[in-house]
This record gives sequence, structure tokens and C-alpha cells, in this order.
Amino acid sequence: MTQGRLMDAAKKEMPTRCELGFSQPTDDTLLIRLVGSWEIGNVLPSANEVQKQVESGPQIKRITFDTQELTEWDSALLTFLIKIIDQGFRNQITTDREGLPKGVIRLLDLASAVPAKETHKEGVRESFLSHVGASAVEFVQSSSEMLAFIGEAFLSFIKLLVGKARFRRSDLGLIIQECGAQALPIVSLISFLIGLILAFVGAIQLKMFGAQIYVADLVGIAMAREMGAMMTGIIMAGRTGAAFAAQLGTMEVNEEIDALKTMGISPMEFLVLPRMLALILMMPLLCLYADLVGILGGVVVGVGMLDISFTQYFTQTQAALDLTNFGIGIFKSVIYGVLIALSGCLRGIQCGRSASAVGVATTSAVVTAIVAIIVSDGIFAVITNMLGI
Amino acid sequence: MTESGSHIIISDLTMAYGDFVVMRDLNFTIGRGEVFIIMGGSGCGKSTLMRHMVGLKEPARGQVLYDGVSFWDTDPVEQDRIMRNFGILYQSGALWSSLTVAENVALPLGEYTNLSPRQIQEIVSLKLSLVGLAGFEEFYPSEISGGMRKRAGLARAMALDPDVLFFDEPSAGLDPVSARLLDDLILELKDSMGSTVVVVTHELASIFAIADNSVFLDPETRTMITTGNPKTLLKESHDPKVRKFLTRGESS
Repeated sequence: MTQGRLMDAAKKEMPTRCELGFSQPTDDTLLIRLVGSWEIGNVLPSANEVQKQVESGPQIKRITFDTQELTEWDSALLTFLIKIIDQGFRNQITTDREGLPKGVIRLLDLASAVPAKETHKEGVRESFLSHVGASAVEFVQSSSEMLAFIGEAFLSFIKLLVGKARFRRSDLGLIIQECGAQALPIVSLISFLIGLILAFVGAIQLKMFGAQIYVADLVGIAMAREMGAMMTGIIMAGRTGAAFAAQLGTMEVNEEIDALKTMGISPMEFLVLPRMLALILMMPLLCLYADLVGILGGVVVGVGMLDISFTQYFTQTQAALDLTNFGIGIFKSVIYGVLIALSGCLRGIQCGRSASAVGVATTSAVVTAIVAIIVSDGIFAVITNMLGI
Repeated sequence: MTESGSHIIISDLTMAYGDFVVMRDLNFTIGRGEVFIIMGGSGCGKSTLMRHMVGLKEPARGQVLYDGVSFWDTDPVEQDRIMRNFGILYQSGALWSSLTVAENVALPLGEYTNLSPRQIQEIVSLKLSLVGLAGFEEFYPSEISGGMRKRAGLARAMALDPDVLFFDEPSAGLDPVSARLLDDLILELKDSMGSTVVVVTHELASIFAIADNSVFLDPETRTMITTGNPKTLLKESHDPKVRKFLTRGESS
């Protein structure tokens, strides 16, 4: 290549014309003259012009080239020549490459050295029914994988209780710090705002009946029984569940999990168990913290907007709440912690072997965890109603 | 090497991460159309040097000149222009995993040229044919082997017919036959396209097969020891580290 470059050619403001010339030195030979600078960005002749010449002279059996007036060339010339050669092959016309620059000949030889592989990778359009069927089969497989994962997690938890689980205590400490202490700022902010919003919305309605004092009951019960656990669960699903999926997914991509397996170390015990344990320990504490901060949000509205004194608000809240409400909320938070850990770790371990697969895994982990939280909350609502608590 | 034959000049280059100096006082010249090897033991800073040359890390001191233009002293627009004349093959291919092989090769063409989609497709097919991957256009990187990913990475590096091709450990992870084929491909591309080729490697077989010139980096002194054709260095160099490296430890 005489230093012709796609980039410089593409940036030329005035495209340079290049030309094709044709002659027939003998009856069965078409001589193609390539003139000018054959680079991308120039106005290039079409290979159809050659085809027209060939069709106008049916006795042509051979194509040769004259490149004495060729100044520069790059991939543009190569793609043009490949089209000529292909056309010639289809029309049973031989292409004599001798007149071409040596570099061009070598690149053409290199391009045809390895024939194109028949890979059948073209997308086959599936019918709607077969798509539904494939999705159903995939759903069943995915569900059975999930059940198997949950079963393995349960077994490793049993091993933990009898003191036989193998994982590093330092890893547990680190994860506890990441999903406990480091989550406090975001849990504080969200819980405070939820308490504030609940109090504000409730106050508007209760004020109409002169019952604004019951804002304390509303915020206290809602936070302790439902919102503290649920909002903490959703925050942790987005924050910690995604992190677990990304960590384990990247380990899957780097073959670190394969390395654990081949050393006889169970990834379930070494990776999943400390994460599950960390969330089981931290979620109740975060939930309790969220409850208190949420009540504080209500205090701000009660004291600031409704002219309720702090003592009144505190006394009312204390009277409305009992340990049952807190207990239900904390119990739910433990369950949510297990669901978040299982979702994050499952999606991480199921991750494909590419960077985009890690992104898919983290998104899936968050969605799975949030759906599981909401569904389980619904189940708890039915159970507590049946039990009358 | 005369100034007119110089394509890339490294002048008083010092590379550092914070206070830690990786390499200092590097001075060498790469001629146009040459295959230039950056060699040295593991961890001596070969890949770091390449990162400084391709615009990924600014040197602590010194210059990298392309056709007389100091890359790190010029404006971002000129830096962009210089960088678009690079083609880089990273150690593991560095293909974008969410794009197919064809889309990987097509991306620089779509970004930096005015070609139509059909023209881009033709050039993509050409580049993949050159590296023996015709027919694998619709495969994702995760669906092909490591060696094929490397070749796809090479096709992408060549997409814009670059002035300079950089290879970072091109034969790492390849079997000897594939490594030899890749060496042959590098030489063929250099001879046909006239590109300057800079290779970071410590594979002796490749070094002796393809190199026109080289620089030897020493991790102990954190500077370069010598430059020259590796075959000539093997015959004539008296430096024990160079001899030990080029004889695979047989000569100290």
C-alpha cells in the first residue's frame, strides 16, 4: 500500500476522481486500466461498469489490469477487485492479477487463503408458538436451577450451624461492613423521607377530623410493620444484591469460581454463605434503624406542621406500637435478606462469560430480589391476617 | 536511522505511577515500515511503555514523537488525529462483548469514515478474510476461541488501514502453530500495507522471526540497555542480561 490511508482519504474536502479505462488488446481479453487514487473518500467507479463491459463482449474470457497510472490505494481498491474477481468467477472469466501492485496481489491471496466457513449462524425466524414453547422450557429449567440453588444454600446453612462450613471469617467481616455500616447513609435518607411523606399525606386527611394526633400511630405502625422492612429490602436489593451479582459474575468471567471448584472448595460455602449470613445479621438491625429514623421523619411533620409537642408525639407512638409490630417487621427483614442474598448470588453464578453478561446478571438480580420481596410481603400479609396479629 | 526515515521517536521518556518510577531515560527511534520489538523480562514495563505510546498514559517526562509531532505536547484534536492512525491489538483481543465480530470491526469504520453501511460491510468482510475468520461475522466474542478472538482483534486493529500497528503480547495464549501463523500474518500485513509495527513480546521465536529492530528494557536498572536487531544483538552484544534473555537463560 503506497501509504494510502482510510482516515486521510475520508477527510479530504475535495474528493479526487479516479477512473476506469477499458480496452481489448485481444478479442478474448479485457484490459482494465486503474487510474488515480483509489482510496475511501474518493468518488470510486462501480464494479457494475466492468460487468457492463463484459456483457457487451461475450467472447471475453480473461481480465487483466494495468495500474501504471494508479497513484494511491487502500481497502477500497481491494474490495473493488474482490467484486471483479467474484463476478469473473460467476461468468467463468479468469482474472489475471499480474498487472496489480505486489502488495495488492499478496493481500488478495491472503484474503482467499482460508475459505469462508459455513457456520449457519444466520438468525432463523421462530414462529410465535415455538418461541412460547422455548420460553416455557427455559422457565422450567430456570426454576429448577433456582430450587437446586436454594436447596444447596439450605444445606450449607445446616453445615454452618454444625460448624462444618468452610469460609473465611475475614470475608464475612468485610461483607458485614459493606452491607451494614456502609448502607446506613442511604437507609437513613430513604427512611426519613418515607416517614416524612407518610406523616404528611396522613396529616392532610386526619386534620379534617381533628385527629391529627393519630399521625403518630400511622407513621409508627406503618414503619414498624411494613415500610421499614420493605424500603430497607428494596434499597439493599438495588445496592447489595446488585453488588453480589456483579462480584460473583466477574468471578465467573475470570474463571475464579472454576478455580474454587477444581480445588474442592464449595463456591456455595465460600462465596454465597458469608453473603447470606451477613444480610441475615444486618437486615434486622438496618430495619430497626429504618423504623426509628422513619418515626423521626414523622416527628418532624407532627411537631413542625401539626403543632403536636414532641412529648405528645412520643407518648402516642409508644402507646400505638407494641413488640408484635416490630417483631413482624424484623422477621420480614430477615426473610428479605435471605431473598436478596440468594437472588444476587444465583444471578452472579449463572452469569455468562462476557462483560455484557455481568450487566445482565446485576439487572436480573435486582429485579428478582424486588419481585421476591413484594411477593413474600403479600404472603406475610395473608398469614398475619389469618393469625390475627 | 536518518530523521527522514524515522516514524516514531521516543525521547528522554520517563514513566511513573505517582512516585514509583517504572522506566526512565528511554531514547530510541522506530523507522517507517519497520517491525520493532519492545522486549524485556516480565514486569519490566513493556506494556506500560506501549500505553504511553498510544495515548493511554501521559509520561512523567519526555516525548513521544510521530512524524516529528510531539504527541503529549500537542492539542487534543491533533492527538485524536494521530491516534486514529493507530491500530492496537490488545493481549486478549479486547473485543466489545456485546457486539458481534463484524460489529466490532465495523465500529471504527462507522465512527471515523463516511462510508455507507454496504461499503462498511464489504471492508469488514475483507478484513475478516485477511485474518481467516470469513464466516464468523455474526458470532459474539464469547462464542469463539481465544485465538479467534485475537484474530478478530487484529481485523479490528486493521479496520482503518493504520499507519502504525501495535501488538501487546500477540502470541500469549496461542499454541506454537497459531503463534507462527500470527507472526507470518504480521509480516505479510507489514509488507503489503507498509505499516510500521510495534510489538511487545518476550517470545523469542517471534522476536527472531519478525524483528527488524528492538529495544531491551531492564527492570533492575529501570531503563533501557540497548537497541538493535535481535539477531545482531545475539551475535554481538556483550551485556549479560541481553545475552541471557536472548539465549533463554543458557548464557549468563
